Amino acid sequence: MRPFNFITAESPQHALSLAAENKNAKFIAGGTNLLDLMKLEIEAPPLLVDISKTGLDKIEKREDGRIAIGTSVTNSALAADMNIRRDYPVLSRALLAGASGQLRNKATTGGNLLQRTRCPYFYDTAQACNKRLPGSGCSAKGGFSRQLAVIDVSDACIASFPSDMAVALRVLDAEIELCSLTGTRIIPIRDFYHGATTQPHIETVIRRDELITRIILPRPIGGSHFYEKVRDRASYAFALVSAAMVFLPDGSARVALGGVAPKPWRVESAEQLLTTDIDEYVRIAFSGAASTHENQFKIPLAKQILTTLINEHKEAMA
Amino acid sequence: MRSDQPANPSRRDFVKSTSTAGIAAGVSTQFPSTALAKSSLPDVREKAFTQQVTLTINSQKHTLEIDTRTTLLDLLREKLTLTGTKKGCDHGQCGACTVLVNGNRINACLSLAVMHDSDEIRTVEGLGTPDNLHALQDGFVEHDSYQCGYCTSGQLCSAIGMLSEARQGMPSHVTPDLIIPVALSRDEIKERMSGNLCRCGAYQNICNAIEDYAERDRETV
Repeated sequence: MRPFNFITAESPQHALSLAAENKNAKFIAGGTNLLDLMKLEIEAPPLLVDISKTGLDKIEKREDGRIAIGTSVTNSALAADMNIRRDYPVLSRALLAGASGQLRNKATTGGNLLQRTRCPYFYDTAQACNKRLPGSGCSAKGGFSRQLAVIDVSDACIASFPSDMAVALRVLDAEIELCSLTGTRIIPIRDFYHGATTQPHIETVIRRDELITRIILPRPIGGSHFYEKVRDRASYAFALVSAAMVFLPDGSARVALGGVAPKPWRVESAEQLLTTDIDEYVRIAFSGAASTHENQFKIPLAKQILTTLINEHKEAMA
Repeated sequence: MRSDQPANPSRRDFVKSTSTAGIAAGVSTQFPSTALAKSSLPDVREKAFTQQVTLTINSQKHTLEIDTRTTLLDLLREKLTLTGTKKGCDHGQCGACTVLVNGNRINACLSLAVMHDSDEIRTVEGLGTPDNLHALQDGFVEHDSYQCGYCTSGQLCSAIGMLSEARQGMPSHVTPDLIIPVALSRDEIKERMSGNLCRCGAYQNICNAIEDYAERDRETV
């Protein structure tokens, strides 16, 4: 690890001022991904600003029925929160399907949104990776790609986004509160991640001078919630394919998929097909897919997961 | 624990003394200094930042001046010679370094010591002593829950943290209903302990020990 200065911020504004003085500073809360990357010197910030003591560790139910989740709320605290378990079970389920008990006790909400891909070529500094070293190429193409993306990929990168939590937030239409010294803006999660671009090292719309302060959930949407995750071992592994699915009281359904794209993958325009023609839904949701021989199984697997969830829901309703 | 038996050299002391001898004997096989100079070793002249931190470890307060890069794991092992906590992968993948921070289990390898100022840390040394084992440690002996023992201290701390999470009613990935409190079945234990790998494959016996302890624990509550 390269040497770094470390300052504990007392408030979000304090954290933002510290970061403004040092352009390459990084915020840290749980650190379960950042420290890992710093050990490998993939990240080498000269200053770490600790935001874990800035009061952003609360889950608040607002008067209008929405929920505001502080950026440094841990994954375990969020998954165990009774409002979340009762009104947004897809989010609890997604969190509980991710990582291990130890990691969930440390990992935080904002950090989870910004976690980096688990593509092995991103982590191996001897390999080419446009995400790690822009312009160096992509060793993943023609390499081990079982875990990697099949849709929304580019010539520059085929990395998949590893978060389970973000897949549930996508299906819930969560919003992300970004704070800077000049103001606050709210970004819907559908606009937060870039997806396929020629610059895969830039992953979100967050600016250098901004800090994620809260994640905001809309009023409870009701219905039946599912989070299904298929992985190479029964627990403590990243998704090959996952699905956050909600069957709403009006008979409609929505779904976001994990493990298949560089961001949570949701195709709203095809969602009316979920309850009528699953083949057609999958065809539209994956049109333009560019899978490798190692990960082409993900598209039929996604279809299988959706079919299973639809049948489970039908049985529960019968 | 070592200080309890000063006359009895530990395996660590033995390994240390023999490996020092090994290095002395092996000097002639070292790379010539020119080869070393060409290597891409980190520049050790880079200025390190230090910071003071105060932590309570196993009920004992420690104030230390440390390099900001020090992980909680390295602080325990290298600064305080609390070597019961093990370094397995050092990347949060194996759970060997699990300790309890303010009662919550975490991976000590993925946490900076400077972020634990004024925290209460409990390590395997704080669970029991060789003469007075914690009931769960007794259970591990009774059920033969290890072969090499390298993952054991992490398994123990993780299990203590896991049982506390279950007592607080926290659900898991295999909990059938998120609202109704669930009994700690074997499937629940397996899922909740999945962050602790055992390369000897003593999982069945580890589960037996935890299951047994959890039952006795419930009876005494």
